[in-house]
Amino acid sequence: MIAIIKYNAGNIRSVQNALNRLGYDSIITDDKTEILNASKVIFPGVGEASSAMQYLREKGLDEVLLSVKKPMLGICLGLQLMCNYSEEGDTKCLGIFNTQVKKFPPKEKVPHIGWNNFAEVTGDLFNNIDADKDMYYVHSYYAEDNAQSIATCNYILPFATAMQHDNFYATQFHPEKSADVGAQLLKNFLELE
Amino acid sequence: MLKKRIIPCLDIKDGRTVKGINFVGIRDAGDPIELAKQYVAHGADELVFLDITATVEKRKTLVELVTHIAEEINIPFTVGGGINTIEDVSSVIKAGADKVSVNSSAVKNPELITQIANQFGSQCCVVAIDTKFVDGEWMVFVHGGRTATPLKTMDWVKQVEALGAGEILLTSMNNDGTKAGFALDITEEVSKAINIPVIASGGAGTKEHFKTLFETTHASAGLAASIFHYGEIPIPELKNYLIKENIAIRWT
Repeated sequence: MIAIIKYNAGNIRSVQNALNRLGYDSIITDDKTEILNASKVIFPGVGEASSAMQYLREKGLDEVLLSVKKPMLGICLGLQLMCNYSEEGDTKCLGIFNTQVKKFPPKEKVPHIGWNNFAEVTGDLFNNIDADKDMYYVHSYYAEDNAQSIATCNYILPFATAMQHDNFYATQFHPEKSADVGAQLLKNFLELE
Repeated sequence: MLKKRIIPCLDIKDGRTVKGINFVGIRDAGDPIELAKQYVAHGADELVFLDITATVEKRKTLVELVTHIAEEINIPFTVGGGINTIEDVSSVIKAGADKVSVNSSAVKNPELITQIANQFGSQCCVVAIDTKFVDGEWMVFVHGGRTATPLKTMDWVKQVEALGAGEILLTSMNNDGTKAGFALDITEEVSKAINIPVIASGGAGTKEHFKTLFETTHASAGLAASIFHYGEIPIPELKNYLIKENIAIRWT
């Protein structure tokens, strides 16, 4: 069973719909036992960092997420909350990825909305996905490029669009909304050992 | 590089698409889901569903429809038309819409924009603006373009950005339905005045119109309805053309 983390962020159903299309069963849950017993964990989200972190702490979900041993995938806000710190709401985050989340400087349109390709991709998450493929983005904050980046994207500046640390993975883009290429990435994640 | 988006708009009435289409292989042209899936397969970057259902009781159909769309399609979609309250917003977002678009209701109650941004995030708040050039000034119209307002378009776009809008869908009433091209002047003026993305709408009739839009303005996307519905410009053909013309376009 795949656990999708239930918290006060939007767009969680979209992830479940995407898993259904790939033929995988999932539950949307905030229950510790269900999360830790799941074969895969997905930590999605669209929303605001400080209120999301506050909610996770109140529910004790911050500790639960840190103790996940199976592959876990953060998406969008999920990625940002897995970093050390976010400028959005001056928020201390989970600290899985050793990097900071900053607001895009207003040199181009912000939010970064739409389809963008990669500067570089590496690793199993990107099996059968070339760097020139486009994924769908919608965000105003970005994670600084760092040693845990497995993919980078250029918008205003180069940023970490996918990261990995041990069993923890995350993407800034929305694979669940990125057509067939996004579905391929989810499939790659679901097939990880 | 961030790509310019091509967005078909589907008019929905009582849960059915209104305009006919000429796609080969579509069994039921009135079925919004089948039509939407076809657009996705053809490489649409996003979809907009505009509900023109008149009666409140039939609006429940819309929420059911949004639920099914979200199950079936794997690209982002916006739902607009008759969204008047934060409860209306909540029901379509919870059903799986990625964004809502508000138009007359935002003019009547600008606070709605901030409510949507605070509760669901700016990224899901598209403000649709119908604008018309009247006596030397671009003005905002509401109720499907039937009612004039005292709002100047340039003032309103700055206000909605400040209130928390995530994108602007700008339709030029002077151009809409003419197939003579997008309103390049107001699109660029708006695009330069604000820092959120602008979706240009109204007037698309040829592939060249999209090229001109993307070459001469900072619009992030071009939206059209009839040229796609009636198969006059198939999306793959449009995208092929734009790529050859060196416009940044997603190719699937």
